[in-house]
Amino acid sequence: MTAATSVRFAHRHLLGVEGLSPDEITLLLDLSESYIKQSRAADKKATLLRGRTIINLFFESSTRTRTSFELAGKRLGGDVINMSAEASSVKKGETLIDTAMTLNAMHPDVLIVRHPESGAVKLLSEKVNCAVINAGDGTHEHPTQALLDALAIRRRRGSLQGLTVAICGDIMHSRVARSNIHLLTAMGARVRVVAPPTLLPACIDRMGVEVFTDMRAGLRDCDIVMMLRLQTERMQGSFVPSIREYFRFYGLDYAKLEVAKPDALIMHPGPMNRGVEIDSEVADDIDRSLIREQVEMGVAVRMACLDILTRNLQSNEAAI
Amino acid sequence: MGAERTSTATPGRVAYVNARLLDPGSGLDAPGGLLVENGAIADVGPGLFRDGRPGDAEIVDCGGMCLAPGLVDMRVQLRDPGEEHKETMESASLAAAAGGITRMVCLPNTKPVIDDVALVEFIARRARETGLVHIHPYAAVTKGLGGKEMTEIGLLAAAGAVGFTDGTQAVADSRVMRRALSYARAFHRVIVQHPEEPGLAAGGAMNEGEIATRLGLQGIAPAAEAMMVERDLRLVEITGGHYHVAHLSTAAAIDVVRGAKARGMTVSCDTAPPYFALNELAVGDYRTFAKLSPPLRSETDRRAVVAGLKDGTIDAIASDHSPHDQDSKRLPFAQAAFGMIGLETLLCVSLELFHNGHLSLLEVLRKLTCRPAEILSLPGGRLKRGEPADFIVFDPGRAWRIKEARFLSKSKNSPFDGRPAQGRVLRTVVGGRTIFTLGA
Repeated sequence: MTAATSVRFAHRHLLGVEGLSPDEITLLLDLSESYIKQSRAADKKATLLRGRTIINLFFESSTRTRTSFELAGKRLGGDVINMSAEASSVKKGETLIDTAMTLNAMHPDVLIVRHPESGAVKLLSEKVNCAVINAGDGTHEHPTQALLDALAIRRRRGSLQGLTVAICGDIMHSRVARSNIHLLTAMGARVRVVAPPTLLPACIDRMGVEVFTDMRAGLRDCDIVMMLRLQTERMQGSFVPSIREYFRFYGLDYAKLEVAKPDALIMHPGPMNRGVEIDSEVADDIDRSLIREQVEMGVAVRMACLDILTRNLQSNEAAI
Repeated sequence: MGAERTSTATPGRVAYVNARLLDPGSGLDAPGGLLVENGAIADVGPGLFRDGRPGDAEIVDCGGMCLAPGLVDMRVQLRDPGEEHKETMESASLAAAAGGITRMVCLPNTKPVIDDVALVEFIARRARETGLVHIHPYAAVTKGLGGKEMTEIGLLAAAGAVGFTDGTQAVADSRVMRRALSYARAFHRVIVQHPEEPGLAAGGAMNEGEIATRLGLQGIAPAAEAMMVERDLRLVEITGGHYHVAHLSTAAAIDVVRGAKARGMTVSCDTAPPYFALNELAVGDYRTFAKLSPPLRSETDRRAVVAGLKDGTIDAIASDHSPHDQDSKRLPFAQAAFGMIGLETLLCVSLELFHNGHLSLLEVLRKLTCRPAEILSLPGGRLKRGEPADFIVFDPGRAWRIKEARFLSKSKNSPFDGRPAQGRVLRTVVGGRTIFTLGA
């Protein structure tokens, strides 16, 4: 293990990447490595979280993130319960705070929360005694996605330091982009964002990234191409004239990819819209696409997050 | 109009002696006294009581503290009728009195909307019954604040509406705005605009910029403000209407008004304390108490508001009091209601302009008293013989801390909670009657 294991992760919750130190990020990534091994073994079950209750509270639909967290919790021996907004009292008009208080009274140890509004997970975390993991809040942050992306890159490239990463597509509505920008810049990578001007949020350059509206210019000599989904469900009005125009200028195909480094890797947080932001052939290119690996890393990273946050719970419980 | 009660409640003659008289209307800043008789100012001046205190009057020794006209707050949301769980006329009046406000003008965005003569009369009656500070209503420009059909501006004016506004919404349709400006001229009434181009601002939760981007919140472009003011000024040019822009918050819009005034146009505008005392950083980690409309802006804009107050481009300061209960604010940021309470912090936060050396004490008071009264043709706002005896005694140097728990307003949504303040109201007098004294 590296020296980073002596670092303390001094946070009760994981609400975002912003505010995490490079040492804390490295600690989480190193710990995740050990869980990749566990997940690949025949006996995947550990007892670390035995007796712990983990609630997956999703106010927004999700398949892969929810399943990934569920698997992570179960492989560590915890009891995992899934709650979706459709099935809960939220539909009956209960406020977020009331929901938080109700769940808190059931003494969960970790709440994993996804919510369509930016800041909602932070608000909820103020009202509960357990640890809270942000599984995506509005267009703000999705910290475990950035961590799993970093892990996938690190395993292929050894380090994040000095890499040029182009994040392409719907930056404006993307919490994945924001978390990745925080993480990659903290770890010493050079980050570019590539998007049509209407999908670039104001002052995005102030987050320490280079801004491109021409995709070929943005991809030139980069090591990693990270594609984002066009989030039509978050859009008010029209940001791009048509899907076919979008694909022509901002969709990733081999023609645009040729200006990147010859061994450039392709990533996508999923779910993919083939033919919208990414060409099918590129997405399925086994040599270059990290997309399936990202999913595998997701489980490992989430196991590491659950591990770290429950360690903190233990030390708090010991203090009482 | 008034809060005057029966004569038994109003002492006959009261002499306020040993005061520092501050009357921005006449430029007076001198030691002196003031004599109240039957609810009006019978006499006032530096020389008053020089030859001894009157024997037939009750004497109030001001101990050398400042005596100034009561504040005239030209922008208050009352929530009464319709949302009395947020504020009532009584709670707002008590909060106003504690803040040194003796006269306030309320927005028509109550439930129901003040767009009918009966509602103007209802407000007047409720104000009379409450009997604390003077309360005047604005009436809506358009029926139901729908932005389409003009209200009965003439009849509403005759019933007591002191001006017309669609409250927290802009009158967006150019043709409707043109006609309102034009028609209200005949009745000598001002149209008060909420300056925000609604198409550009739609869906926004805070000021557009780096912080909104980091927080993942949809921004409101600062240009939306200047755009609406620019359009309106074109309409003022063709109608000759009486136009006032509420709560200016951006450098660009202030520049537009500055240019219009330089060209000789008769326009007026106000701002509110958060726009010169705070910037968008107050939103911090999704603090909904700092979610305002217009939103808190950049530091550059905040400085421009101070500059606009200094050079006289901005005529007045209003509290922009917008009470909201917990249920409207304890929500994810984008879903939370806009607005903050401001009655009890209007004077002390405005005095920061004096303490920081931007404005003289008289200049700060002018923007809080006689200038808003003049814009809306209201009585009060001056220390003048014959005027209603609406005034305050305050200590401009008194240090204290703004505390949410001490607010008299029913709602507690203030971003100033915990802020150290300098300057405090000691006594508030309306129609000769003391309605507030600061406890020890």
